[in-house]
Amino acid sequence: MKPGANQEAVPADEIIARFQFSYPAGAGDPGFSLCVDARLPGSGITGIFGQSGSGKTTLLRCIAGLQKSDDGQLTVGGETWQGPAVFMPPHRRPVGYVFQESSLLNHLTADGNLQYAFRRARPAPPPGLYKHVEALMAIGPLLGRYPHQLSGGERQRVAIARALLSCPRLLLMDEPLASLDTGRKLEILPYLERLREEFALPILYVSHSLDEIARLADHVIVMERGRQVGAGSQAEILADPYMPVAPDDERCVVLEGSVTECDSQWDLARISIPGGHLWLANHGLTVGRSLRVRIFARDVSIALHSHDDTSILNRLQATVSAIATEEGSALALVQLRMGSSVILARVTRRSLADLGLAAGSRVWAQVKSAAIVN
Amino acid sequence: MGFSEADWIAIGLTLRLAVTVTILLLLLGTPIAWWLARTSSRWKGPVSALVALPLVLPPSVLGFYLLLSMGPGGPIGQLTTSLGWGTLPFTFWGLVVASLFYSLPFVVQPIQNAIEAIGERPLEVAATLRAGPWDRFFTVVLPQARPGFISAAILGFAHTVGEFGVILMIGGNIPGETRVVSVQVYDYVEMMQYDKAHWLSGGMLLFSFVVLLALYGFRHQRSHAALRMGAVQ
Repeated sequence: MKPGANQEAVPADEIIARFQFSYPAGAGDPGFSLCVDARLPGSGITGIFGQSGSGKTTLLRCIAGLQKSDDGQLTVGGETWQGPAVFMPPHRRPVGYVFQESSLLNHLTADGNLQYAFRRARPAPPPGLYKHVEALMAIGPLLGRYPHQLSGGERQRVAIARALLSCPRLLLMDEPLASLDTGRKLEILPYLERLREEFALPILYVSHSLDEIARLADHVIVMERGRQVGAGSQAEILADPYMPVAPDDERCVVLEGSVTECDSQWDLARISIPGGHLWLANHGLTVGRSLRVRIFARDVSIALHSHDDTSILNRLQATVSAIATEEGSALALVQLRMGSSVILARVTRRSLADLGLAAGSRVWAQVKSAAIVN
Repeated sequence: MGFSEADWIAIGLTLRLAVTVTILLLLLGTPIAWWLARTSSRWKGPVSALVALPLVLPPSVLGFYLLLSMGPGGPIGQLTTSLGWGTLPFTFWGLVVASLFYSLPFVVQPIQNAIEAIGERPLEVAATLRAGPWDRFFTVVLPQARPGFISAAILGFAHTVGEFGVILMIGGNIPGETRVVSVQVYDYVEMMQYDKAHWLSGGMLLFSFVVLLALYGFRHQRSHAALRMGAVQ
């Protein structure tokens, strides 16, 4: 049994969160209101996605009990944390919280920070947990240092380890990568992926980066101006052309697939996805491996016929299932369905008209590139 | 010549007064500082002003009101009489109570500043790590605000040692009970015993300088440490 898995004896079931409150607008303050009625799955990583000011951090703080909402109901795995006459203070809630910026207690070393969490963890954690987390986050060499002697990425790894050592039943992460530059982000992401694989721990992951959501989240809720405007599996949300998740340029979908063939002559691998297959550059893939492939809408074009006289290798027969256009924008997002796989294509409105595209059109999707995310 | 026996009694009394007041002020001032640092209540302004009053009031004015309120007709006097302690003016404990008011801002303000500098985040962090309110105070606030507490203790102690006007109003001049060093110096000058006054005054001067030197040396060291931290972050 993996350390940290013991708290899964009673499966943390669904999280039901209903919060409503508002700050009135004041001088120089536009005010803010949060009105959320969300059911979040009690397993996997749930991405809470939205632009800054959309209330996603406030929602996370309400769940942790750091922010009181006048009218709130919060039930986690059948246990009421907040109700009409109940408010469980934050130190009684079995959550781990990773803050956006460095939040290490600066009068303690990295080890002191970890021990602070470990000593207070209830129920008492298994003795092997400390070593396990230390290895998982690769922080052994950092333990004797004070926070100001650590880089931003190292501090965040220690902070994540600290949250895990408090044996939470629910891990809350508030943009844990937002304060880091791109290089440091790439340094931390693999640790988060390992975390998902090794700990059966439900995680709520707040982010305004579609990239992080695409890499990490199993489920997504989308926030806008203090309201929840969408919720569903990652695939559903990413493939919904109407969902306001990102500028068109960043829109993408992530497909689950597996390697079914390796072509050594051209160094390509065939990735089967539901409803078709893709040929991708083979960097050490082996047949049978399952993986996730990300396809940006900007890398997909649409043709009415299959063209053999093109350099684009991946041409998939698809059906147009939805078209999202925006007044005043030259571009449109087209949702394409191939079997049970759904991808998005970004084309101009003029092309829509020229090709006569409408829901139900049979087309060929030309995928210029796709990236393996994990 | 050196210190006379009367001098030693006055020095001992002064130290006893200053230590007692410092300990009591740390105990009383911390909750006030904590409240002032964290409240958004509309009473914050009035309470801050009350705490800071001794900084600007002439000691004789403060002493006058304290004398009245500790007297048989005043609220403090009635309270202490009903508790069977008699009235406080012209006793050691009268000096303690008066000094508590007089030195309060010197203790509250450094602690308040230090708690404000910690901010909300470390306390939230500790709360999410299962630390309850008292646990958070002892394991986060105390260690992180330690420089503020040290400054507060030094300033409260030194300011009580340097008290004169309030003591004269409340305590009079009773050897071993209320005649502290500053009053003793005053007596010597009154009696034209300048050489004796020199000894005590010189001692006070040296003492005060050493205390302030320790305080500023300590602060200097802290600010350098803070700069180093800032440079790395």
